[in-house]
Formats: sequence, C-alpha cells, structure tokens
Amino acid sequence: MSIVTVQLGQCGNQIGHEVFNAICSDVHSTHGLCSKKENESYHDACKERFFSEKESEGTAFKCLFPTEGLVSSLIQIRFCFSSYPVPVARAVLVDMEPKVISQTLSIAARSGYWKYDDRSHFCQKQGSGNNWANGYSVHGPRHKEVIMNLVQKEAEKCDRLGGFFTIMSMAGGTGSGLGAFVTQCLRDNFPTSFILNHVIWPYGTGEVIVQNYNSVLTLSHLYQSSDALLVHENDVIHKICAQLMNIKQISFRDVNQVIAHQLGSVFQPTYTAEGGLHYSRNPLGDLMETLVPHPEFKMLGLRNIPQMPENSLAYSTFSWPGLIKHLRQMLIANAKMEEGIDWQVQPPRLGSSIPSSHSTNKPLHFNTSIANLVILRGKDMQSVDLGSFQDPSLYTSWLSPQDAFNTWKTPRAFNKYEKSASLVSNSQFLLKPLDDVVGKAWNMFASKAYIHQYTKFGIEEEDFLDSFTALEQVISSYTVL
Amino acid sequence: MTQSVVVQVGQCGNQVGCRFWDLALREHAAVNKKGIYDEALSSFFRNVDTRSGGDGPDIYKGKICSLKARALLIDMEEGVVNEILQGPLRDVFDSKQLITDVSGSGNNWAVGHKLYGYQYRENIVEKLRKTAEHCDCLQCFFIIHSMGGGTGSGLGTFVLNVLEDEFPEVYRFVTSVYPSGEDDVITSPYNSVLAMKELNEHADCVLPIENESLFDIVNKIHQMINSGKLGSTVKQNSLVTSSAGSAKTVQEKPFDAMNNIIANLLLNLTSSARFEGSLNMDLNEISMNLVPFPRLHYLVSSLTPLYTLADVNVPSRRLDQMFSDAFSRDHQLIQADPKHSLYLACALLVRGNVQVSDLRRNIERLKPSLHFVSWNQEGWKTGLCSVPPVGHSHSLLALANNTCVKPTFIELKDRFMKLYKKKAHLHHYLHIDGMEQSCFSEAISSLSDLIEEYNELDATKGGPRTDPSRLKIAV
Repeated sequence: MSIVTVQLGQCGNQIGHEVFNAICSDVHSTHGLCSKKENESYHDACKERFFSEKESEGTAFKCLFPTEGLVSSLIQIRFCFSSYPVPVARAVLVDMEPKVISQTLSIAARSGYWKYDDRSHFCQKQGSGNNWANGYSVHGPRHKEVIMNLVQKEAEKCDRLGGFFTIMSMAGGTGSGLGAFVTQCLRDNFPTSFILNHVIWPYGTGEVIVQNYNSVLTLSHLYQSSDALLVHENDVIHKICAQLMNIKQISFRDVNQVIAHQLGSVFQPTYTAEGGLHYSRNPLGDLMETLVPHPEFKMLGLRNIPQMPENSLAYSTFSWPGLIKHLRQMLIANAKMEEGIDWQVQPPRLGSSIPSSHSTNKPLHFNTSIANLVILRGKDMQSVDLGSFQDPSLYTSWLSPQDAFNTWKTPRAFNKYEKSASLVSNSQFLLKPLDDVVGKAWNMFASKAYIHQYTKFGIEEEDFLDSFTALEQVISSYTVL
Repeated sequence: MTQSVVVQVGQCGNQVGCRFWDLALREHAAVNKKGIYDEALSSFFRNVDTRSGGDGPDIYKGKICSLKARALLIDMEEGVVNEILQGPLRDVFDSKQLITDVSGSGNNWAVGHKLYGYQYRENIVEKLRKTAEHCDCLQCFFIIHSMGGGTGSGLGTFVLNVLEDEFPEVYRFVTSVYPSGEDDVITSPYNSVLAMKELNEHADCVLPIENESLFDIVNKIHQMINSGKLGSTVKQNSLVTSSAGSAKTVQEKPFDAMNNIIANLLLNLTSSARFEGSLNMDLNEISMNLVPFPRLHYLVSSLTPLYTLADVNVPSRRLDQMFSDAFSRDHQLIQADPKHSLYLACALLVRGNVQVSDLRRNIERLKPSLHFVSWNQEGWKTGLCSVPPVGHSHSLLALANNTCVKPTFIELKDRFMKLYKKKAHLHHYLHIDGMEQSCFSEAISSLSDLIEEYNELDATKGGPRTDPSRLKIAV
C-alpha cells in the first residue's frame, strides 16, 4: 500500500524534501548488511510505499548504479540521454507563496535519484502571514478544490492507498492553518483512510510571536480529523544536532535532516508480524492499530538511537542489549535523547492497591505509557530480548502489556547505522510541552493581544475558547494516566 | 511573489525614495548576474519594452529590457522631482508616475492635506490604480515622508487615507521622519501631531525615524573610517557616494548619507520577501507579529553592522557583536532606549550566512537583559534570508514594538501644546477650507490616547497581577 505525503508550508516542504532524500539514499546504500534478496524486497516495498515510476525525458546526469550515497555518486556519473525511470515521490506540495516550492522541486530533480511530479504542487503568490485564521478561513476554502484535486490524482496513482502523511509546522500560518483545513478535507473526502499528521513543535523561545495561538488552534482542529499526531520538537532536535551530531553552526537543513532520519527509521519497510515472510504492506494502519487504541489519546512521540556524526559511525559498535536498555530508560524518564538520561527514575512498584487512575503512587517524572512501538533495524535483531518493555508497570491498566507493546523488525540496516532502534510512544512524552504551549497561549489570550489579527479573518474569541477547552481536555486525560 | 509600491511624498520623501531606488538597483544588480527579469526584481520593478516608444507592455519573463520603478512621486513643488528626473535615475521613473505642482505647501499641513488633497484626489487615485494594475499581486504600499513639513506631512497622510479607501486589503507601511527639537520649521509640531492622528488611524505599521539619530550614526561611521585603526577603504560602489557613482568619502549633499540609512532600512525590511532563505519573513508577517493591538503599531528600528551602511571594508567582527549592537542606543533610528523600556514584541531579520543556531544563541544571551511584557515573554519573530547586502557577509535589522517611543510622542505633544496654548500661527491653518479648531483638538486627543495606552502598559507591565487561571476540566 502506498502513502501519499502532503507537504504544507515552508517547513513542511523543506522537511518533506529531506525525508524523500533520506529514504532514497537509504534504499540505494550498500550498507544494508543483509542478503541481496532481502535488499531487493526492502527496495521494492519502499518503492511501492513512497514512489511511483515515471519516465523522465533526456535528463543528462543519471546514476546508473547504486552507490554509497549521494555525494560519492558524483564519482560514478554516467551521461545518459535516453529516458530513464526516475522514481517520482508520491507527494503533493502546497504553499501560499512560491519561493520554497520552486526551490524544493529543483533541488530534488537535480539529485538525479528521485524527483517530484512536476504538476503535483500548488502555490499562490502571497503567504499566510503567520496568521492561522488566514490559512484556515481564507486560503483553505478558496483553494480547497484545486488542492484536493491534486491529492485525488496522487491517490489514484496508488494501486492501494495506505493513507495520508501530512507534514506541517504549528507556528506559522500556512502549515498550521491551511494544514488544519486540508486535514479536515482529507477526512471528509477519504473517510476510511488513515491520516497521520507530522507536526513540528516550534522553538520555545519564539520563531513566531503568535506561535502559541497558532499551535493551540492547529492542535485542537487536528485532533478532530486526524488519526494520530507524530510530533517533533525543534528544541529537542536542535540539542541532538549540538550535542550528539557535533554540528557547530546548526542550520535548519541540519535540523531537517535529523528529523528525516528519524521519520525514515519509522516508515521504511519492516516485518510487523513475528516470523513474517513479507514486509508489511500497511504501515499507517499498523501504526494506528498498535498505538492509538482510544481517540482521546493521539499524541505520539518519537525517539531514535543511536544518533551520531557520520564519520564516527565507522568507529562505533553497538549492542542490542545496550540500545534497548537506553531506549527503555529514555521512555521511562522522558529523556529526549540518549545523553543526559536520568537513570534514577524507575517505574512504580506493582502490587499496590491504589488504582492507576490516581497517580499519587507514581514517582515524579515517571512517564506512563498507553502503548509503545519499538522498531529494530540491523543484523541479529531476531535474538533481541524486549521483555523489559513488556513490564506492566510502564503502562496504564486498560491494555495488557501484550497489546500495549509491539515490535517491528528488519535485518536490513538503516541509513548506515549497523544497528538502530526507534521508539514511537503514545505516552506522557508530550504532556509538558502541550501544557506549556497552552499556558502561554492562555496568558496572551487573557490580555487579548493580537486577537484583532485573527478576528479580521473570521476566527472569533469563541473559537479560541473552544480550542482551549479541547486541549485542556487532552491535557487532563494524559495527566491522569 | 508579491509586489510593493513606493509612494514618496514631499521633499524628504522624494530624496529618501531616490536613495532607495538607487540602492535597490545596485542590490539586484549584484545578485542577478544574468540579467534575467526574475521574481525578486518584480517586487519593486516593472520590465518594460521601451523600444516601441513610450510605455510598452510589461514583459514578465526573459531578459531585462528597461526597468521601471513601481513608484509614485508626489511633490507640491518641482525642485526635488525635477532634479531626480535629470539625474542618473531618470530612466527608472515613468513620466506618468509624477504628481507635481509649483508653489509648495508652505510647511502647512492643512494646505497639503485639505487644499492639495482635495485638488489632486482624482489624479492620485488614477495613478495609484495604474500602478496597481501593473502588479500581479500587490501586497504593500510603502509611504515615505516627513512629519514636520506641509506636503509630506499633509498630502502624505491624505494619500494614506486614499490608500485605505481604495485598496483596503493592501498593507500600508509608513516611514516617517519626525522633526527634532531644534527643527527650524516653527510649525512642525502642529504638522506632526495632525499627521500622527492619520497615522494612528490609517497606517498598518509606522517606522518613525529621527534626524538626530541618523546624524549620530553617520558621524559614527565617519569616525570609524577616519580612525585609521580599521585600515578602511571606501568601496567602489559605496553607499555614501554621490549618485554619480564616483568614490568619494565626503557626501555631496548633506542629507545623502542619512537618507541612505533609511533606504537601507527599507531594503533590509523587504529582503526576505524578495530573496530566498531558510526561514522566510514576509511583510504581512511583520505586521501580524509586531502589532498586538491595532493602534500600537509604531516600530523602533535598528540596523547593524553600521559599516554596511557605509560600505566600508571593515573585517567582520564577531557575529554576536552584531546582535548586541542592535539593542544599543546608538544604533536606533530614533532617540530612544528600548533596552530600558518594555518590549511588546521584537523581530530580527538576519541576512547572509547566519544560521538558526547563531540566532538562538544570541536570543538566549540577550533575553535576560530585556524586559518583555508579561504575556509575551518569548516574543521574538525571526527571519533568515540567505542573500546578504551588497559586499558584506551578513547584516541584521531589528524591529521593536517598544514603549520607548513614548518619550518621543510626549515631547511632540509638549511642543504642540506650547504653540497651541498661545494660538500661535493657528490662523494660517484655520483659514484653509475644511480646517477647523476641532481638527486640532481631535489630533491632540488622539495623540494623548496613544500615550495613555503606552503608559498603561508600562505601569502594569502589560499583564494582570497574577497569571490568569486556566480553564478547569471536570474529570
């Protein structure tokens, strides 16, 4: 089954591009460390999921053999004037102003590895001005038909549609406002398809002054139409770049590449069933099934280890027990990366008679989970012991640990990491960030600052109050886990 | 990509405008090596085929034929505009984009606003419509004028009214040069306060500028050049040179260097809308993020590093120094001290090879020393544009919505009241058709209200005593 990606706004388009890059680069890499047959299956499954084949005419520089990555491919350039099928990303690019999309399209095409469909994008001339109301109430309805037509075309190209993956930021105007509107349209037009929203949480110390308003409005609306929200926080990724990747002058490109790597580690093909013979065909459906048992709880966090600069990879060795141990502690202690984990935090003792809905017996800082998914990529993963993740004390009481915890695996190594482990978690990971954003937005709302900018485009104070109410409900639900 | 139109009114407005177009051309020439008419150029220029004589049709793609500025030049005396039309920029302006008269406004706001406004309204509307029609997607009008005189102040604010009536959806950014205390125009307080009322009610954003500050900055630059320590040479295409392009260290006209600074301000303000970057900041985002309440739309601007304004070959100091400077008194374009007043919002537009980590590091560093209003503790709007200004590696424009504009307004009010109490020179205004005593009283009360709003914010630091309690959900 195929996934159609919708890239919204500057952030969505910049990240989307890096995601396809990462996926393509991974598929073409020779560091799969597995059998040729395995590699081919992986390749095919990935292609079906993210790309369609298309003839492209007379593109000059084409790489005819898979090589060690995009940079070293320059060594093996072959002049090729005949048309050669270049994978075309299953994506729709949407933005209200043209600069980012035109850049994204041209950079992708120049890579020679993959490209976007030239017609699968929509842009206007003037952006949304960081105004959620402008994106949602003005641009949304105005351009609904054109955008949904593009989505429909992409959906029809798929043999079987596995669902939609939207990428957007919460802070701006287009990704957030128009993104919320488009998600609603997707839900209306494709009532039985899975919709996963990838949401970028802005830096705490502003990128945009009204980011908290935009975030509150976005989250409350997405919650109604989306199946799940997969969140990446800029602050966290920034720290990863600084402390783990050792990047000195961190650019948004660096941040986006880390995000792309983490997303790739979730969405590249895996075997979801124990002893499965084929790569899973339905990644979004599987994800929802394992992680979202209840519609009140849709916030998913993502952790991926190890993460290090590329030139350190050759000198590092990894062991599965080590990786699993770290990942588990990251889950329990709500650590954002594998450095600075608080090893003091432990799950509460079982056997106490106090029901888990009263969290008084839970030690502070302990992160309670509803459901977890661990994804292992690399050799010898079949022997890994994941019992520690099935400890009932990690979870709420309403699912048995067998149901609350799932694993996906593949022996095929991902993106040059000999072994890598990812955790997608529906837990209290995002409780604090959510609470912070709502708090700040409420503070600003109390003084009525900037409200006139929103009412100008039809979002009234009552709409704000509705959004606040919805999110307070979500916060409350996650708090009493 | 959107387009913007510059409306330059009065002597000051036109002189600044002239510098702006000069710099804009140089900037695009430096970036656009192939001579293709691209989207960035189209934001301020039309591409016209003049071979067919007169005003040919607009060319939207392909090589640059003849660039015409998207501008409207208005002055009620001919001297300044004529000079522009005889200077090196004459081909940039369309002869039909001018509105001039002979006798000037006599430093009288009423003459500019009521008399000439009424007289030229139709003409103005027609010419504005023409320029708007040439735009694919018009986003913003930039008005450049001074507050103290008659034309810029009176007719300029009249045009502002017209823009709101005829083009309500298009943003109105006003660059206003405020008179200093020692201004030689006696009636400048009247003109300024009368104009302020219009700015309060009809502008989306106002960037107040004071000559004193510009003068101080120019002096600083000269000190830097002459100190010799920095081993400086003035660059070939230096921005303090005369418009003839020859390299000189002494400016030809007294206001050229100062006007260059304002021109740079406008260039930097629009750079992210014209050129690409990793975090774009469009003009509508500026007004969205920096204007929390409709009337509080006065933005204090500062440009760093200073040497970009002089185009002097100075080795680049540390990047962080640039950020610190942006918040120092010496770099503000009005006589104000934002660091010791209350910030409502702040925007940082960085150009050149600067990345998000540099931005974050500096914001973290500077935050503790700045006072932000309680409901906007992290009130930063940031933009990263990849294209640096001509000949430099990076630059920073900081726009602050800060209560430090209050003293400027209070002073203006005081100077006004000094004259008004004695009814000095009032008759010059009142005998103009349409002008009444109530115009004055309304204007001063509008200014007083504005000052009061800033006072309230200062007093309460913008928030209730305790954090407002959150909504409670029944579990």
